[in-house]
Amino acid sequence: MHELPFVESILKITLEHAEKANARRVLALDLLVGQMASIVDDSVQFYWDILSKDTIAEGAELRFKRIPAVYRCWDCGHQYQLDGEHLECPQCGSLRVQLVQGDEFRLESIDIE
Amino acid sequence: MTKTVPVVENILGANERLAQTNRARLDETKTFAVNFMASPGAGKTSLILRTMEALKAKYRLAGVDGDVATTIDADRMAAAGIPAVQINTGGSCHLDAVMLQGALPQVALEDTDVLVIENVGNLICPANFPLGAHLNILIASVPEGADKPYKYPNMYRGVQAVILNKTDLLPYFDFDMDYFHRGVEALNPGLAFFPLSAKTGEGLDAWLSWLTARIDAYLTPGT
Repeated sequence: MHELPFVESILKITLEHAEKANARRVLALDLLVGQMASIVDDSVQFYWDILSKDTIAEGAELRFKRIPAVYRCWDCGHQYQLDGEHLECPQCGSLRVQLVQGDEFRLESIDIE
Repeated sequence: MTKTVPVVENILGANERLAQTNRARLDETKTFAVNFMASPGAGKTSLILRTMEALKAKYRLAGVDGDVATTIDADRMAAAGIPAVQINTGGSCHLDAVMLQGALPQVALEDTDVLVIENVGNLICPANFPLGAHLNILIASVPEGADKPYKYPNMYRGVQAVILNKTDLLPYFDFDMDYFHRGVEALNPGLAFFPLSAKTGEGLDAWLSWLTARIDAYLTPGT
């Protein structure tokens, strides 16, 4: 459900940049999605197909690049990927940890002609 | 010919910019805005009403209430003597900065010290849509279970305090307080944490004095 406003925003940004570049058509979008961004690819695709209809971006391919959540431990410096619900550092068990990547949600580039 | 155009734009950037506009608008009249988020049934409205009841002698209050439909919550605020504006999101699962912007002109901001915003009951979407509030508070509750920080990490990362409501029900639930609090700490180290019961009033004082200190620091800086 909450992907709808995201997709509206993706379409708006896409069309702005396509227009600036005098595009006739938008062929593909490269999206960067962090594991912590709570975005479901299929849901984005579903709304995209509806919203992009009758625009120059209709039918454009959505390419998702997933970024895993990576934490860094303040105590021992260890970096690790989030494994299920185990937030604590697998090396020293500390909970003084910080997310260093994984909450991205960006439109990186568009392919146009 | 096909070519690639770099964009590199945050997809929610428009909402974030508008949230800053809302913040600037609130700062013009020195109105401190608190955004309450929670799952449906966590006791948002009850706790908000108790909080307003305690604050209303000291501050001029107003409320903005977000719901998918109905004006039940705004009516409850109004019945408590607090001017309230209802935003019906028409199906949307969260308030966003645009909706708050639309509601602000209906609030007498010049006559309001503290604006209480009650977000739509939901643990996922509100986290992605900052409104421009000065404080974002998450209300969790005992019956929801202790695993919520692990299941809805974004919600816990973007707030300045977590309240655990309905502590009067602890004897009846297998709620692992340590597990819950460790999850909160990992996501948001040092986060203010207030276990309390809006029903019995237990633990309410710690929450109210924390909140009051923040409001006072904003309204009368340097005192």
